[in-house]
Amino acid sequence: MSDGAVLHGHPEVRTTHEVHHDEHHVHHHQETFITKYVFSQDHKMIAKQFLITGMIWGVLGGLMSVIFRLQIGYPDQSFPILEQILGRWAKGGKITADAYYALVTMHGTVLVFFVLTGGLSGTFANFLIPLQIGARDMASPFLNMLSYWFFFTASIVMLSSFFVQTGPFSGGWTAYPPLSALGDASPGSKTGMDLWITAMALFVVSSLLGGLNYISTVLNMRTKGMSMTRLPLTIWALFFTAVLGVLSFPVLLSGFILLLFDRHAGTSFYLSDIYMASTQQALPNEGGSAILFQHLFWFLGHPEVYIILLPAMGMVSEVLSTNSRKPIFGYMAMVGSLFAIAILAFLVWAHHMFVSGLNPFLGSVFVLLTLLIAIPSAIKVFNWITTLWRGNIRFTPGMLFAIGFVSLFISGGLTGIFLGNSTLDIHLHDTYFVVAHFHIVMGVASFFGMFCGIYHWFPKMYGRYLNNTMAYIHFWVTMIGAYLIFWPLHYAGLAGMPRRYLDYSSWESFNQFSDLNKFISTVAMIVFAVQLMFIFNFFYSIFKGRKVVTQNPWGSTTLEWTAPIRPGHGNWPGEIPEVHRWAYDYGKDGREFIPQTEPVNPDESKH
Amino acid sequence: MITEVVSTQRKKIHPHKFTLWVAIASIIMMFAGLTSAYIVKGSLPGWSTVEIPQLFYYSTAVILLSSVSVQMALKAFKERNMALYRQLITVTAVLGIGFIVMQVLAFMQLWDRGLTMEGSSGAGQFLYIIFGLHALHVVGGVIALLVMFIKAFSSRIRNYDPVSVELASTYWHFVDLLWIYLFIFFIMSI
Ligand code: HEM
Ligand SMILES: [Cu+2]
Repeated sequence: MSDGAVLHGHPEVRTTHEVHHDEHHVHHHQETFITKYVFSQDHKMIAKQFLITGMIWGVLGGLMSVIFRLQIGYPDQSFPILEQILGRWAKGGKITADAYYALVTMHGTVLVFFVLTGGLSGTFANFLIPLQIGARDMASPFLNMLSYWFFFTASIVMLSSFFVQTGPFSGGWTAYPPLSALGDASPGSKTGMDLWITAMALFVVSSLLGGLNYISTVLNMRTKGMSMTRLPLTIWALFFTAVLGVLSFPVLLSGFILLLFDRHAGTSFYLSDIYMASTQQALPNEGGSAILFQHLFWFLGHPEVYIILLPAMGMVSEVLSTNSRKPIFGYMAMVGSLFAIAILAFLVWAHHMFVSGLNPFLGSVFVLLTLLIAIPSAIKVFNWITTLWRGNIRFTPGMLFAIGFVSLFISGGLTGIFLGNSTLDIHLHDTYFVVAHFHIVMGVASFFGMFCGIYHWFPKMYGRYLNNTMAYIHFWVTMIGAYLIFWPLHYAGLAGMPRRYLDYSSWESFNQFSDLNKFISTVAMIVFAVQLMFIFNFFYSIFKGRKVVTQNPWGSTTLEWTAPIRPGHGNWPGEIPEVHRWAYDYGKDGREFIPQTEPVNPDESKH
Repeated sequence: MITEVVSTQRKKIHPHKFTLWVAIASIIMMFAGLTSAYIVKGSLPGWSTVEIPQLFYYSTAVILLSSVSVQMALKAFKERNMALYRQLITVTAVLGIGFIVMQVLAFMQLWDRGLTMEGSSGAGQFLYIIFGLHALHVVGGVIALLVMFIKAFSSRIRNYDPVSVELASTYWHFVDLLWIYLFIFFIMSI
């Protein structure tokens, strides 16, 4: 029977043959290919749709970075292959300035929003929330499906901007005006920017629909006995992520609406006193303020970095505890620190604007609030390390990525403290130091969280394991590679090397970094190649991976492992299990683990 | 199959109602963003103010009335007084459409006075966008009412479940309150 399922790529329904041969229909309602794989309302299928769309974007975004890293590493050489890929954007094998900026912009946009927000939250909130809280599906499966299709449409629109004549938007992922507001400012500010805004607006709608659903599902659909304090930390993290998104994305949307009017209706929200060199004209706009856009953008932008990070934190907590065979250390402190981070995330946005002419007194308030985030962050790190301490550690691939996450979060968090001090930031702002900081703490760390989640829950998603050898190669090369790429960039940044420049070779002072840049570009290509191997492993294992034979392969306490190996729509064939204890009874009373569904024994010790 | 099983689960407040409340919080954030943008910009040079057309006072009265009628409709529905319910829901929808028409007329008045989108910034540009976005949210509410209107008049569907009526009335009160906030905000700050 499973052969039929394998042929169709997503072997997750045990009773697949019943679906395909209508004769012996038991309780399954009619599922066609379209309702099962395309317009599915099953949260598990929607999760996979998010994941695979995110992976496609991940490859594209990574490829862009390889291309512009070639330019940074080898500014004096030409690569004929680039002309084959990019056509007139790389005439003679040398990338043009416009194309370089377009690639950097799209790289940022794609990875921040489409991979690490849509791909990460979309996948794991959908997959884990109903399974771990004991629900048949989301509060509104229909809105959930819409959420994916808005994401999909946003993806198509964003992708289409690569194929317009003037190219995709090229003013940086933060889309500051006036570059983003004036079509004449650069080629990418024309149609490319309209497509960018459209895609982002669709993306915001998708996030809002998803977030609404995640919040009301977590609060309203928990199974009997699943009190909030018995929730696994994954769910807490995904919950706070959704809250952050629902409250901050609308503000970004209002910023975009004003931007649209500035672009097309001649208003002056962000524009003032501008003389266009390209058209030799003074613009009539007056009284606008580009800083206003920065406020609106970063009011989302800073929570956004935590929207990306929190799901990773949640999954890492879960995987660390499971594979240390120890309860998570300080469960309530973990929840409390997630809460503190979520609150503080709304109060620090101006630390991205220290050099924008912000009132220095106001700046010092934001310094204080920014540095406060170090406290909950440190609590989390402390608890993760204490969970590992004297644990009975199983180095599964998921566990390795979880440990890697902790390491990266420490390294990247420390440089945040540098940047959070406005006096230092005046020197460091817009240098490679910032690039190094956020790539380590947000980019790579959240990718590690995502990989940790994929390796850990792949057996639940597809009923098969990923190949371990490839997984270990993937981990070690990515881990070492990430540090080799981003660690040295801190030094370049401290030396004042600005970000977003096409060619540094005309500066005597940065020539000392030219060999370093070659080295970094080489490592980046190797790391990218290893990600392709991971993608291969992923798709290969869906069809050919080792089959999962036990219901609970990792010896976990949480509810998803009480469902059948390949759960159908509705997750549990019979009654939804009832919950009697928290999610972290590992190594208790001489037992390796006690599932959440097991009633508390009267003479059990307290945790 | 899903809905049957879901309904056996424990729940205090209907998940759809809860979802609506979260959505309302989200919409509030959007208008909070816009009105704070207004405050930030109001202190910059080149700011110009605008005289608010009388018509907005009348539209305020209309939307307040519609809140009363939607509340009465909900009450009628719960008492299974379907004839009255149908009448009241019609009244609400008509008032809603009336509100939108009045907003558009007020915009046209302003436009005729020479307040266009072009050029230097001021309260007027914000007014068009903020009130316009609010009107769009009212349009959403009217569409919801029309759906219920059709449901109420089609004889096939007999439904005494108040959830969707409650959802619509909550949302309707929300856009009403939002309007009051926005209107007072503009009167005070101009
Ligand atoms: C102790 C914690 C942290 C502090 C104090 C901190 C501080 C800062 C500051 C002050 C900046 C602005 C630097 C500049 O542009 O000059 C910055 C940039 C950034 N941070 Fe952090 N950060 C922290 C943690 C994080 C985390 C956890 C993430 C992501 C998950 C993150 C993501 C980013 C990003 C994406 C940027 C750059 C955005 C851009 O300009 O393109 N940071 N950080
Ligand atoms: Cu920030």
